Amino acid sequence: MLSLKNVEVIYDDVILVLKGLSLEVPAGQIVALLGSNGAGKSTTLKAISGLLHTEEGEVTDGSIEFQGERIDGMAPEHIVRKGIFQVMEGRRVFEDLTVEENIVTGGYTRNDRAGLRRDTEMVYTYFPRLQERRKKLAGYLSGGEQQMLAISRALMARPKLILLDEPSLGLAPLLVQEIFGIVKRINEEEKTTFLLVEQNANLALSIAHFGYIMENGRIVLDGDPAKLRANEDVKEFYLGGGGAEAKSYKNLKFYKRRKRWLS
Amino acid sequence: MDFFLQLVINGLVIGSIYALVGLGFVIIYKSSSILNFAQGEFLMLGSYVCVAVFTATKVPFLVAFGLTLLFSVLLGMAVERLLLRPMIGEPVISVIMLTLGMASVLRAIVQGIWGTETVPYPEIFPTTPVRIGPLPVSQGYLYSVGSVVVLLAAFSVFFKFSRAGIAMRATAFSQQVALSMGISVKRIFALAWSIAAVVSAVGGVLLGGIRGGVDGAFALFGLKVIPVVILGGLDSVAGAIVGGIIMGVLENLAGGYLDPLLGGGVKEVAPFIALVAILSVKPYGLFGKVKIERV
Repeated sequence: MLSLKNVEVIYDDVILVLKGLSLEVPAGQIVALLGSNGAGKSTTLKAISGLLHTEEGEVTDGSIEFQGERIDGMAPEHIVRKGIFQVMEGRRVFEDLTVEENIVTGGYTRNDRAGLRRDTEMVYTYFPRLQERRKKLAGYLSGGEQQMLAISRALMARPKLILLDEPSLGLAPLLVQEIFGIVKRINEEEKTTFLLVEQNANLALSIAHFGYIMENGRIVLDGDPAKLRANEDVKEFYLGGGGAEAKSYKNLKFYKRRKRWLS
Repeated sequence: MDFFLQLVINGLVIGSIYALVGLGFVIIYKSSSILNFAQGEFLMLGSYVCVAVFTATKVPFLVAFGLTLLFSVLLGMAVERLLLRPMIGEPVISVIMLTLGMASVLRAIVQGIWGTETVPYPEIFPTTPVRIGPLPVSQGYLYSVGSVVVLLAAFSVFFKFSRAGIAMRATAFSQQVALSMGISVKRIFALAWSIAAVVSAVGGVLLGGIRGGVDGAFALFGLKVIPVVILGGLDSVAGAIVGGIIMGVLENLAGGYLDPLLGGGVKEVAPFIALVAILSVKPYGLFGKVKIERV
């Protein structure tokens, strides 16, 4: 459905952030993109959605194809109409609009009134809490509710692919569980494809069909969740735990094991 | 008492036009956080264009007025295309400076074409005054207030309920997030500037009709409107209306009662004194939204 081939992104004409990144997102799946801070995960999403333009970034090499069509270089508002919707990091709801109005902005690209009404209902069944707070300003919602609102806005656009950037950021563990559960349900019930960027690798791998691990602007490892979980490096650097020798302070010089994919 | 009522009525009329121009200000500020210092020039230009079309083509006045509105829509779109689009991604303050420059250019163009003499307006309102209680009120005043009320109501509804209105407010909050919703920010800007130019032109034509002519001093209206919108809260349509009317009435009362005592000039200063007094109590203006801080 979506394929990135050797994508290179440069910010401000000097800073090379993505260094030949390739990945595939098949239709109907949840694909997790994992990696530490500054690996280039959010940049990857913005390159796909076209929002890179607003931050002085540019795709300088490689190609991004969505359903067989090149979309790199397209304006973000057109990419939304093609069926890709990005839920940005940090929720980014319109704080001085009400919950209801926020949901209206999500459906901005559509004109079928009946469909919009139906989808508003659908959104409220996924997130009943938003219905209770319909008339409230979005800025006064809790962090979890704002994340729900951000996902609702995405659903209103009826996208084929949702790019979900760090939905767990700054939320209580219980809420994170709830939101991930709903993402899984949306994927199963609405057949929406997800490209999920997360720091919480454990949680992301628990709902994903496939995972990529990113470091320094490149994909360093990929595979299905079971394979990734089994990998020693992933265990140590992303899931916590790992080899016994790392825990022992007696052998301090082995404390930080070298990542194998770097050598 | 009659004197007082007369002053209040004059104030209401001028205030309603302030409100209209203030609305243009608010619309641009709401959608793009830009203060448009050329708002008064839009008013002046609209006023001149209307009378020029009327005298040149001899069409009925309403047709000339319609053409003026069309011209204003095109003016707004041209401003977006030629001045704002190249400035996308630049700091807001640079764009504000740009509107100052545009104001000078527009004033110069108007002076170049129509000179500095007052261009007389045709009689667009019936001249027989209507009696309200003990007072004769000119029909022009009533038409002005009436059309202003209709326009302001229409735009309040537009912002609150229409999708384009909601998209405009969304864009004002964050252009990047609006883009991620598929909202075309360029189109929203063009719409905002067109609306601002249209309401200003309506104000200009009404003012021309009331005063019987248009001259370069009309541009000063933009400056007068700045305290109005700051008073009402820069991002509030209701604030522009209330602020405009308060300022208009206050200005006239000050002019009527204090000018003879103090030797003139109070009329011009009164709005700013009121502005300082109100802002020291309500720093976001009367109806301005208080920024939501999350802790």
